[in-house]
Amino acid sequence: MATAEAHTDSHAHDHDHEHKDSFITKYIFCQDHKVIAKQFLITGMFWAIIGGAFSAIFRMQLGFPDADLGWLQPLLGKWISADGKLDTEFYLALVTMHGTIMVFFVLTAGLSGTFSNFLIPLQIGARDMASGFMNMLSYWFFFLSSVIMFISLFLETGPASGGWVVYPPLSALPQAMSGSGLGMTLWLVAMVFFIVSSLLGGINYITTVINLRTRGMSMWKLPLTIWAFFLTAVIGVLSFPVLFAAALLLVFDRSFGTSFYLSEIYIGGEALPNLGGSPILYQHLFWFLGHPEVYIVLLPALGITSEIIATNSRKPIFGYKAMVISLLGITVLSFVVWAHHMFVTGMNPFLGSIFMFLTLIIAIPSAVKVFNYLTTLWRGNIIFTPAMLFSIGLVSVFISGGITGVFLGNSAIDIQLHDTYFVVAHFHLVMGSASFFGMVAGVYHWFPKMFGRMMDRKLGYIHFWFTFVGVYLVFFPMHYIGIAGFPRRYYSFTNFDAFSGFTDLNAFISVAALITFIAQFIFLFNFVYSIFRGKKAPANPWKSNTLEWTTPINPGHGNWPGEIPPVYRWPYDYSKPGAEDDFIPQNVPFSETMESNLPHENDEIALEKDIDELVVDETGEHHDQH
Amino acid sequence: MAENYQLVDRQPGRPLAMHPQKFALWLFLVTVVMLFAAFTSALIVRQADGDWLVYDLPNLLQISTGIIVLGSLSMHWAYISAKKDRFDQLKIAMPLTVILGVAFLVSQWMAWGQLVDSKVWFSFGNPAGSFFYVITGVHALHLISGVFYLIYVLISSLRSKVHSKNMLNMEMCSTYWHFLGGLWIYLYIFLIMNH
Repeated sequence: MATAEAHTDSHAHDHDHEHKDSFITKYIFCQDHKVIAKQFLITGMFWAIIGGAFSAIFRMQLGFPDADLGWLQPLLGKWISADGKLDTEFYLALVTMHGTIMVFFVLTAGLSGTFSNFLIPLQIGARDMASGFMNMLSYWFFFLSSVIMFISLFLETGPASGGWVVYPPLSALPQAMSGSGLGMTLWLVAMVFFIVSSLLGGINYITTVINLRTRGMSMWKLPLTIWAFFLTAVIGVLSFPVLFAAALLLVFDRSFGTSFYLSEIYIGGEALPNLGGSPILYQHLFWFLGHPEVYIVLLPALGITSEIIATNSRKPIFGYKAMVISLLGITVLSFVVWAHHMFVTGMNPFLGSIFMFLTLIIAIPSAVKVFNYLTTLWRGNIIFTPAMLFSIGLVSVFISGGITGVFLGNSAIDIQLHDTYFVVAHFHLVMGSASFFGMVAGVYHWFPKMFGRMMDRKLGYIHFWFTFVGVYLVFFPMHYIGIAGFPRRYYSFTNFDAFSGFTDLNAFISVAALITFIAQFIFLFNFVYSIFRGKKAPANPWKSNTLEWTTPINPGHGNWPGEIPPVYRWPYDYSKPGAEDDFIPQNVPFSETMESNLPHENDEIALEKDIDELVVDETGEHHDQH
Repeated sequence: MAENYQLVDRQPGRPLAMHPQKFALWLFLVTVVMLFAAFTSALIVRQADGDWLVYDLPNLLQISTGIIVLGSLSMHWAYISAKKDRFDQLKIAMPLTVILGVAFLVSQWMAWGQLVDSKVWFSFGNPAGSFFYVITGVHALHLISGVFYLIYVLISSLRSKVHSKNMLNMEMCSTYWHFLGGLWIYLYIFLIMNH
């Protein structure tokens, strides 16, 4: 019902949008999708700093096990012992929280939350989300979840420490480790709110894309960003409820004495009363979310990359339909490969072969996407903006991380490599770095639309080269350490003869990781500085075709001051032969570009009348409310 | 690409005719389906491991099932009455649906009692019993939200805000209510086959 008010409001006053917003309705409990997107972005950046700082701390431990970390005592307190050593249990908490924060809070909420919210209404030509109120709730549930997770970092017993996958029985028994106490409880509570937030957001994104497209915007004229956000939301709506089920059963096991995941466990010589549960059951439920989650993180970044690469190559995206179909293929396949995370759980080898086969099929749509990125770049008039560099960087890390996925997808090889640094290297490149690059590229590219100012180019280049080189220096050597058998999540390797080698390499990785982490502050400075002092942005700084650049430089609530522009063509008419400019925005009808039309496009001119005649009764859709 | 473009729909794209809120409701129903798909498939996976307690389902569940079917019927009666502007009937049918909804919850609660009497507990027993409590309990929670929605529509209809020209909430409420009924029938058949 709140939408109805928002909509009627913005049209009743002859589109002048001059609400009398107080600070609270404008910046805090705001229902404007653009403000909510910024809220997600800034919260996501806050979490990224914390998640990154955690990795910096445990990399110092791994690279320099003998170093005196006493100087961290003011920050970490009792987690640094008197002789300057990092607490072993806190090390596990750091690893766990780094994973949780990065996967859920940064690359799900920070990426999808920001760009789906910001770009869906702007690129499909809508005034706002289908329900601005639900959208606001989505952010505030995320905020609540963030607060709870943040509080858990300061508990005396430490935050959750059983790995970001929180496998039982370690996570189910408070007596198993100190992090499985209150820290784990808060983790579960925070995740429940996070799931609610994701579902509210996802339902909204899907409804908006299906229902609120402007005149002429058929599904096949959607920018690839929107396709990616749309399918990401579909994946989320289908998979997050399953994580909810898994978490609920875990809560019952922890606090209500049920035995879904627990069976015949002895602690300190005492038998626990739980009988008949199966910890493998949790893994099935978790990975049914967990694997699609990988694509929830990745698909938005791939969509953003398609858009940026086409714009800055000044070329139509190569194989638009193939791109959409491969996104669809990835969406479907993401639900039938989860057990490849469980090859070593004693699974039936025949079942393992089926999951292996399905997993390897994902290489096909992924390769189609890479091929299309490269062919779009091929002989384009490439403009190396920072966003473009990060998009090309994404393609690079997506290839080098994806290839190791073909290794790990094979169950026979996975038995050797499971839970080693090879896996860490693989998913940090293909999912972590790729999605991070996509997110940063998106910020550089759409910053002018978000804040009406430009980010500094030179700082962007410096940030890119530090990050790009840094990411490879960190994760490439990890493949060797993984093949050598080093298991992940270990506090220290110097106590084992088998793992006494590679100390230099570990130190090297740590130095690279610290430099890469520090380089991110260049971006942070650039971001904050440019919000206030950046160069004023022109209306269409990248000469792009999509609808968001037809809005005013600082669009108000409702996005377009007048009527929403209709759409006549696909979003990738760059460098069209015969055309005056090297780009033709989506809202330019074919009847105005006779010199560049292809024969079949001249046929479309007859249809344009239909688009023009479509009456938009924007208040009418809520008629039955009154 | 040139040939492909011919395939593009000839109609200028008209957004879906369905009301956005209704569409969002259907998406919400999808998430509920996924939630119960997770619970029921978890039960099957766990059952296949063996060590599974076979217990008798409380026979009160038959009565619950009867009540919820009646609830769906009276919901439909209320819907038809509102659509035809027969307000006297609407004012009988809506309260009746609310009462049947509450009766279903009471009957489910008593079924839990029956199960406890036959020594099948939620805690510290075989997961077979725990699964029963979780599945029926989570369904009951959704049903409570449905009853609140029913009460909201009931109050609107008492204030004459539900009529043939303002059916949005009535339509959404009845979709949700029929869905919860159908979901229960699925769960009941599932539990008969896998208890």
